[in-house]
Amino acid sequence: MRGNPEAHQLVAPGSLGGVLELMAREPGEWTPIAGGTELMVAFSAGRLTAPRLVSLWGISELRFIQVTPETIAIGAGATFLDMRRHKVLSDELPLIARASGWIGSVANQSRATLGGNLVNGSPAADSSPALLVYDAEVELISVRGRRRIPYAAFHSGYKSNIMAADELLFAVHLPRRFAAHRQYLRKVGTRRAMAISKVALAATARLENAVVREIRVAAASLAPFPVRLVKTEAALLDRPLGRESLLAARAALLDEARPIDDIRSTADYRRQVAVNLLEEFLLELRRERVRQ
Amino acid sequence: MNATWPAIHFTVNGASCSVTVPPMKRLLDVLREDLHLTGSKEGCGEGECGSCSVRMNGELVNSCLVPVLQAEGTQIETVEGLAVDGELHPLQVAFLEHGGAQCGICTPGVLMAATQLLAHNPHPELPEIREALAGNLCRCTGFMRIFASIQAAAAAAAPSAKGEHHARQS
Ligand SMILES: Cc1cc2nc3c(=O)[nH]c(=O)nc-3n(C[C@H](O)[C@H](O)[C@H](O)COP(=O)(O)OP(=O)(O)OC[C@H]3O[C@@H](n4cnc5c(N)ncnc54)[C@H](O)[C@@H]3O)c2cc1C
Repeated sequence: MRGNPEAHQLVAPGSLGGVLELMAREPGEWTPIAGGTELMVAFSAGRLTAPRLVSLWGISELRFIQVTPETIAIGAGATFLDMRRHKVLSDELPLIARASGWIGSVANQSRATLGGNLVNGSPAADSSPALLVYDAEVELISVRGRRRIPYAAFHSGYKSNIMAADELLFAVHLPRRFAAHRQYLRKVGTRRAMAISKVALAATARLENAVVREIRVAAASLAPFPVRLVKTEAALLDRPLGRESLLAARAALLDEARPIDDIRSTADYRRQVAVNLLEEFLLELRRERVRQ
Repeated sequence: MNATWPAIHFTVNGASCSVTVPPMKRLLDVLREDLHLTGSKEGCGEGECGSCSVRMNGELVNSCLVPVLQAEGTQIETVEGLAVDGELHPLQVAFLEHGGAQCGICTPGVLMAATQLLAHNPHPELPEIREALAGNLCRCTGFMRIFASIQAAAAAAAPSAKGEHHARQS
């Protein structure tokens, strides 16, 4: 079945205020469309159910990357190409630039937005693990005002989130204090380019005298939505990095991971790869300790 | 025609266009059906194959994933705009000489992806060419001839520029 363009209404108010007013007037009636790299795929295949769409593309109030002394704010309408090209972001939070280069090809990255990636909420979303290990906050906006919550509290289930029907994702805020952390991100997929991940793992950590003083580990495709691996982190935090904590962390990860079998991979494979990636990161971290 | 459809304006290869079509109609279908520019092809219709790649405001996009309303006010470049007054673009010449095109379905998209690459990076290394073309699938050439064609076009454009470029950086 083919999508029928006459079966869908699409409007472009052209400003953030215009979109928000429309969404407030008829909450739940309007589906935002940004770069369309999720929604237009569904449309082409005749799977798009939304009857009324409102375009966010070209609204400059949503497409920005703003650097302040404490944080970097990325507008929900920023594309992954925008993020790859941004100097400060690439230098200080390189995992985001790296993940941006994985979101399909250049022709996809020029349209795919950060907001669309997060709101679509795939368990395999490539930007998510990096945002989680950088302690990102998301800012939501509606005519009622703005609110900020930790990104880790944004997803509430498989492809669902805590946004109200009249809200848009406005921006993602990233603290600028990870530049000195050891940072890790690896995606395992079918091929290097253009492949949705089977599993991906991100981590940031800081050692002090060989003791893990801060650690964040997050994964894609190990749960119904991207998650921080808090038990794995707890097994490592405030302990010297050695064989013992490494084994404890592996066990914790195996305990808390909830992968599934699907078209891309199996739960067993995902679990196995995830612990291997974790181990790779911890060995890198240990080598650094030796150098200290 | 439907009274609620707005007229949508943009340029294609420098020429102004105005179409009155459903705003959700895909840019690809507008190019092919309404503007009769059938160079851009539909392969997969889901952003995987790149046969429909065009440039929109200087960025490469898959036109099968752009609702035409989002092209309002933009500048679109398609494969039809590469040759000027019947004279082939250097990339087209190189593709002919190096066997970069066979059946031709992927070629319009491949040429636009290559144009995009060379606009930002006139002398790409092979891994850069591979990355820039990662979203364009070809079932005929095995890709090597495509990469060779792009390298040849880059070399033909300014044989000495590479050295200067490196010299500037060091
Ligand atoms: C060929 C191809 C390859 C891909 N590869 C990858 C990949 O490797 N990794 C990956 O993670 N993704 C991949 N994707 C998926 C997709 O590109 C990303 O999820 C992208 O970030 C979606 O953004 P968008 O702006 O295009 O979303 P859209 O399709 O415009 O929207 C997606 C969803 O988000 C909602 N939305 C968008 N913006 C907002 C906002 N500001 N506020 C509230 N709701 C909003 C929409 O209503 C919709 O529900 C791929 C897609 C294609 C076509």
